[in-house]
Amino acid sequence: MMNKENLIEYIYSIADNSLILGQQLSELCGHGPNLETDIACTNMALDLLGQTRSYYQYVAQLVGANKTEDDIAYLRTERQYKNVLLVEQPSTHFGYVIGRQFLFDVFHLLLLEKLQFSKDETLAAIAKKGIKEVSYHKRFSSDWIKRLGDGTKVSHDKIQEAINHLWPYTEELFDVMPADKEAIECQIGVDAATLKESYVAAVSEIITEATLTLPETKWYQRGGKKGIHTEHMGYLLSDLQYMQRTYPNMKW
Amino acid sequence: MSEKEIKNLDEIFEQRIARDEKIEPKDWMPEKYRKTHIRQISQHAHSEIVGMLPEGNWITRAPSLRRKVALLAKVQDEAGHGLYLYSACETLGVSREELYDQLHSGKAKYSSIFNYPTITWADIGAIGWLVDGAAIINQVPLCSTSYGPYARAMIRVCKEESFHQRQGFEIMMTLAQGTPEQKEMAQDALNRWWWPSLMMLGPTDAESVHTAQSMKWKLKRKTNDELRQQFIDQTVPQAELIGLTIPDPELKWNEERKSYDFGPIDWDEFWQVVKGHGPCNKIRMEARVGAWEEGEWVRDAAMSYAEKQQNKKTKQAV
Repeated sequence: MMNKENLIEYIYSIADNSLILGQQLSELCGHGPNLETDIACTNMALDLLGQTRSYYQYVAQLVGANKTEDDIAYLRTERQYKNVLLVEQPSTHFGYVIGRQFLFDVFHLLLLEKLQFSKDETLAAIAKKGIKEVSYHKRFSSDWIKRLGDGTKVSHDKIQEAINHLWPYTEELFDVMPADKEAIECQIGVDAATLKESYVAAVSEIITEATLTLPETKWYQRGGKKGIHTEHMGYLLSDLQYMQRTYPNMKW
Repeated sequence: MSEKEIKNLDEIFEQRIARDEKIEPKDWMPEKYRKTHIRQISQHAHSEIVGMLPEGNWITRAPSLRRKVALLAKVQDEAGHGLYLYSACETLGVSREELYDQLHSGKAKYSSIFNYPTITWADIGAIGWLVDGAAIINQVPLCSTSYGPYARAMIRVCKEESFHQRQGFEIMMTLAQGTPEQKEMAQDALNRWWWPSLMMLGPTDAESVHTAQSMKWKLKRKTNDELRQQFIDQTVPQAELIGLTIPDPELKWNEERKSYDFGPIDWDEFWQVVKGHGPCNKIRMEARVGAWEEGEWVRDAAMSYAEKQQNKKTKQAV
């Protein structure tokens, strides 16, 4: 039996990624490069927010005291969100949207493929459902990496610029935090460090096919898993939390 | 083709419409029929796409996860409606790019209601309840319109719109039953959206230039004024049910007509918004044109990649 606080922390480290990336994608709805892409990005946002709700409903149940999924989603302080820095990177242009999505999707799928065998039945069930969705996300973002990389000179340069910017944020995905250790020991959680090799191989394959390169980086950015976020995060949360903060304790 | 032959085709065509037969893309049709349909279907498609913007404005700030997901799905439905309406329009021999050009250059119109701002969360409820409510009244008769691809698209659109309308009403009901602040928010939204929603059903019959021809082609089955009355009669009891007040002091049940009498509509405001002077005409167009222009390099990349892949396949085949 795992310590409840650690279990909740562990769930945050997975669920908050879905929330923040879902929020970022949802902001683009209505502004995509064409209708088909707009609809596809919204689909991914819907999947991610759906996963978020399942995780947070579980957390609310663990916390008790009549907490709801919305308390978990909206009423934490910035330091209490445990998403990686990668997913909070801004949607500077479509290349960044796709780059961010791709670099996360590859990890996300590897994670869920392991999490489906978790000894925690709820997490296993959420993961199993998520695998179908995230497989599609990965296909979508990989296809776009190839289109942009091997499309025109302009698109090649733009997606390469995005990958160069985003790649230093990927190492954090594999950091194992104190709460994770207990989750791994109890066979509830996944040891993220063990996913790195498959991740780099999968990413490299697509990047090469897209005629792109991964940048040589000696320094990686990290902090999100400890709740130390980038300056973008505060604005993102201001939007997300606006109604709940302005009108507390109401039903919507 | 001689004048006599055309006249003959024209007669056969009108007879088919009279028999309620569907006209399909490859059938002969009078040029005016084709043009009128391009105008109306594209206007409808543009309204769906521009309509995504005022509601999209609240996706990131929706007050709960349930509401966020529902709103996101709703706005996505509108993108879907746009997609199949543009496709229906393309069957009349016009490309999506041409239609976008007409929208972006201001030549084509879209529903004026989307030139009003969504300034509180309750506006999302009001749009679903009133704007989608009015849209359904406009659109249900189109499910049996004469042009096949449009009629079929409308069947699906109407199903989804009626779901949106219930969803909007449910947002308003929740607010109206909530705290005094929430109720005030709901009433304020109703006050601002009521009159524009009535205008959405189009100018009065006396001023509507397309009505007569459109009735003949079953592109319209009731006049604007009839539709407006239907909307009012249907909506007033709903407002009463949730304890909100329609902002019209002259609104009164007329026992003789079995309908509501209502106050005068400010048509000056309507025409001003149509002409481009509404509160959001400019930012809506900037958002549409901006998305299209910023997306150009992405669309170019997709085309270029597809060509390269095609060439590779051809080479392999050789």
